[in-house]
Amino acid sequence: MGNETKKAGEENVVVVENYSYSYPTKKNVIQNISFTVKKGEVLGIIGPNGAGKSTLCKTLNGLVPHFYGGFFGGNVTVAGMEVLKHTTAELSTKVGLVFQDPESQISGMMMTVWEEVGFGLSMLGFPREEVDERVNDAIKKVGLEGLEKRSPFELSGGQQQRLAIATVLAIKPEIMVLDEPTAQLDPIGKYEVFKVIEDLTLEGLTTIVVEHEIEELAHFADNIILLHEGKILSYGKAKKVLTEVEKLKAIGEDPPSVTELTYLLDKELDLSLVNYPITLDEAIKIYKELMVSS
Amino acid sequence: MKEKIIETKNLWFSYSPEVTALRNINLEIYKGELIALIGQNGGGKTTLAKHFNGLLKPTKGDVYVKGQNTKDVPANRLALTVGYVFQNPAHQIFTSKVYDEVAYGARNEGLNEEEVKERVEYALEEVGLIGYEDWHPYDLDYGKMKLLTVASIISMKPEVYVLDEPTTGQDHKGRRVLADLVIKLNKEGNTVIVITHDMKFVARTAKRTILLANGEVIKDGATNEVLHDLETLKKAMIKPPQVVQLAYSLKSYGVPTNILTIDDAFNSFKKLINR
Repeated sequence: MGNETKKAGEENVVVVENYSYSYPTKKNVIQNISFTVKKGEVLGIIGPNGAGKSTLCKTLNGLVPHFYGGFFGGNVTVAGMEVLKHTTAELSTKVGLVFQDPESQISGMMMTVWEEVGFGLSMLGFPREEVDERVNDAIKKVGLEGLEKRSPFELSGGQQQRLAIATVLAIKPEIMVLDEPTAQLDPIGKYEVFKVIEDLTLEGLTTIVVEHEIEELAHFADNIILLHEGKILSYGKAKKVLTEVEKLKAIGEDPPSVTELTYLLDKELDLSLVNYPITLDEAIKIYKELMVSS
Repeated sequence: MKEKIIETKNLWFSYSPEVTALRNINLEIYKGELIALIGQNGGGKTTLAKHFNGLLKPTKGDVYVKGQNTKDVPANRLALTVGYVFQNPAHQIFTSKVYDEVAYGARNEGLNEEEVKERVEYALEEVGLIGYEDWHPYDLDYGKMKLLTVASIISMKPEVYVLDEPTTGQDHKGRRVLADLVIKLNKEGNTVIVITHDMKFVARTAKRTILLANGEVIKDGATNEVLHDLETLKKAMIKPPQVVQLAYSLKSYGVPTNILTIDDAFNSFKKLINR
């Protein structure tokens, strides 16, 4: 599966086909969804709480269904491995999962940031030199140089979340999955984490990120899935999904403010805009043209 | 003359001799205000708010609630005037039934069960949780759990509500429901103080905004004035809402500097667009 390609040179790292899932205590959490993620692609997943976003993340490293049980239908393949046929331990070498709350990710057993990042590698039995190199590299990528000897619990929220990302990067996963990585952070923390995610995606790391901060997501997501009650309501280029204002509003989701504003103005003034902005910079450009003195 | 409900005078606070959390805070808060307290973590927002209901007492200086010095009043008495909704619902919820959770504060006041029932119904009605009385709090979704923690404060009928980070972890709908609730509580005459990082929430709700940094008030004024002071916000590493940034960038095109919400921008832009 992993070697199949849709287009020449564009390898699918994630293939989800007709996937449905029910927890033992909660039915139809995911209902017949299909999508693919190509190597180097950034996929954003948005939608209200209870849409199935976290369940989807946990599927990608096999926590669903191997840890939770329940009913699993369809086919999910990640980095060439069918989720049903591989253990979470196997999948975790290819899929790095970052949770919302960094404290739930930090092992708590390690005294320093450096040891925390190396913890997973040591468990996997990597030789010392390899561990050294990977840990130093991961710490650099998330900008925690100089804090190697600190206790993970002395760090700010944003630093802790970057530490969680570093522990995942050290494994050199083929895909990184982040489940609302900034939800618990203050503005500085959010900024730091988004910066790191953006840098990593620019380096070509395949990334899936669940986020409520749609205005941030608009800057770096290639494709977006709008999930609602376990179903895909909309899927495609970020521009396409984020400019479907009525569809988003109907389920209580806010598009980027500049997109919603433009939608309202277009409806009122019949501007015949073909290209709604989804970022601030795009909006500034469009309005400077629209407001040019006659 | 409006009634001064909370006042801090030369308030200093230190958790330990080395760390000064609040530096000379002088604030007057009047009955019926809806205030946002903003600033980075570690800026002193929560520390300040905990002085309003006497959970913390000043190291130096004084805090007055309805004219009474908080040093002279026990915190459980102040809690009847100033209700505090904590950030994490799990830190607040401790019973196994929604009804009991909301009834707790009213029962503590020594009301009889008839009066308690009235208060619980009133509070659940306010937050839209009628019908959930027998639910276990942890069976509620996260948004409703948050509303429950607000209801458990409403049932005590305080005059001042302090909400600490009400929108953290909420989806867009949850944020809007909380914004509407905050506005409603304020319209009913309550004083509401919201600690938040959510600038869209501030723009939607607050009339006055106080910006704290390093334990000091660095800006205090009308929300549109504070959120358009991009220089000062930048010092505190705060980004105003996207429409404020857009309006700011289009200042030279005649866009006014009091825009806070999408509606504000819509009303002003439609006059400025040349078709």
